[in-house]
Amino acid sequence: MNEAIRTQMGKAPNRKLYFTTITVIVLALLIWSFLGVDVTGLDKKGTGLAVNIVKGIVAPDLEFLFDFSSQGVAYLLYETIAIAFLGTIFGSLLAIPISFLMAPSVVSGPVAYITRLFVIFIRTIPSLVYGIMFIRVTGPGAYAGVLTMSITSIGMISRLYVDVIENLDRGVLEAMTSMGCTTYEKIRYGILPQLFSSFLSTTIYRFDMNLRDATILGLVGAGGIGAPLIFAMRSYRWNQVGAILIGLVILILVVEVISNKLRSRLVSGTN
Amino acid sequence: MKETIYDKIFKPTTYTLENGKTVKQRASKTPLILILIFLAIYASFQATGVDLSLIFTRGSQFFVIILSMFPPNFGFISNIWAPLFDTIQMSLLGSLIGALFAIPLALLSSSNVIKNRLLNGFFKLFLSILRTLPTLVLALIFTFLFGLGTMAGTLAILIFSASYVGKLMYEHIENVDMGAFEAHESMGLSKVEAFRYAIVPEVLPTYLSVSLYAFEGNVRYAAILGYVGAGGIGLVLNERLGWRDYPSVGMVLLVLMVVVFIIERVSEYFRRKLS
Repeated sequence: MNEAIRTQMGKAPNRKLYFTTITVIVLALLIWSFLGVDVTGLDKKGTGLAVNIVKGIVAPDLEFLFDFSSQGVAYLLYETIAIAFLGTIFGSLLAIPISFLMAPSVVSGPVAYITRLFVIFIRTIPSLVYGIMFIRVTGPGAYAGVLTMSITSIGMISRLYVDVIENLDRGVLEAMTSMGCTTYEKIRYGILPQLFSSFLSTTIYRFDMNLRDATILGLVGAGGIGAPLIFAMRSYRWNQVGAILIGLVILILVVEVISNKLRSRLVSGTN
Repeated sequence: MKETIYDKIFKPTTYTLENGKTVKQRASKTPLILILIFLAIYASFQATGVDLSLIFTRGSQFFVIILSMFPPNFGFISNIWAPLFDTIQMSLLGSLIGALFAIPLALLSSSNVIKNRLLNGFFKLFLSILRTLPTLVLALIFTFLFGLGTMAGTLAILIFSASYVGKLMYEHIENVDMGAFEAHESMGLSKVEAFRYAIVPEVLPTYLSVSLYAFEGNVRYAAILGYVGAGGIGLVLNERLGWRDYPSVGMVLLVLMVVVFIIERVSEYFRRKLS
């Protein structure tokens, strides 16, 4: 490093204290969290199992993977997609009124604050608890999964919707008012075009996430591929576990690629 | 306008302008997309057996459990502290180590740092595959390997954090302006030094903020890991739900809500400071 650069770099604001504080805090947290976790190693049984799991994933049960009857992976994945899809649609529809009630620029401050608290309340209840509650309504099966997905989607979707609503360009509306547009025209041509693509993009993103989350609903009997996966694991049928996991990973990767493409098109606005 | 197969099926409308020129407007895709979406909704209704009338007839059943959670059993709180701290420590340790693992993974995936397409592609795919595996499934696998307890949960969280932070970081690193890096290099700094002075300051705030965000989500997620025996407050939750001891479930959820709220506020404060 030559002298000129050295002097220039010396002029940079000294942030040593800042970084030292961060490091100390992080180290302290690291040590504290280590105390709570009982670190166990792989014992002999664990190593044997690990080998079996890898074997199952390398040599999956192909017949099971391509089985299109209601017991096979292909059908179960289809059911999982259906749960995630309907859950996302219902969730995003429910999120629209909620997000308007959350936006301080639309409703008064206290109302927005109360709605926000309400959404936090909805969001912290784990999805499995919702699953159990909805099974009381619908009985075990995919229907309970759809309702659970709808409720758990609301939190994130409405939070992202609010950001869009808050960032609306009000100039357009003022211009339309000055041109004598009616309220309907203002909503149709001033607000909807601004909201629609962002809302859609958020919804597609959430579908992506719901597909991933839908796999755990099976744990409480709310449909999808989760239950067969867990049964296969509990009974040590690793080649079936392998088949399910491979199907799941491929499905999620494909959906992710498609969703990324769609969303970047929506954002850039090109056809 | 270039004619595509789409235009052959759905004829574009043609307008004649005042100066005699004709322009074509591509037929709107909206009706087609709407039909596809309605078909998908119909198929999903069939596959999942959703029957909306059931909500009106049996919807009140949903509130049975919620209402029986009130008032929460405040006496139960002494049984909550230990597993609650387990959960926080699990997600903290998993997030911290995961975020550390994310650094080499992100660097290996960034095409502007390691100029080897094969290596980049491999690590990008690796991160994607890790991210697709649901955390709960990972936790379940780890309970088989490491026994029931917090270790399994921590590892599951660790893997999720590493893949999540890793992905967001390589996207960020790839979009960093390399001009500063090249300028440093041309002034005679080594690659490592140039990286240290040009890239690190640019990327560090995002890294910290993304890691914090991952931690935030992990706390909420760690709460259910107990379901598969991976330690933490989920164990208590599962046990109480099994016994239909809903007032205690209500207490667990209440405490969880307060803790998640506090952690989110703190983390949001720091993330705002970082950006």
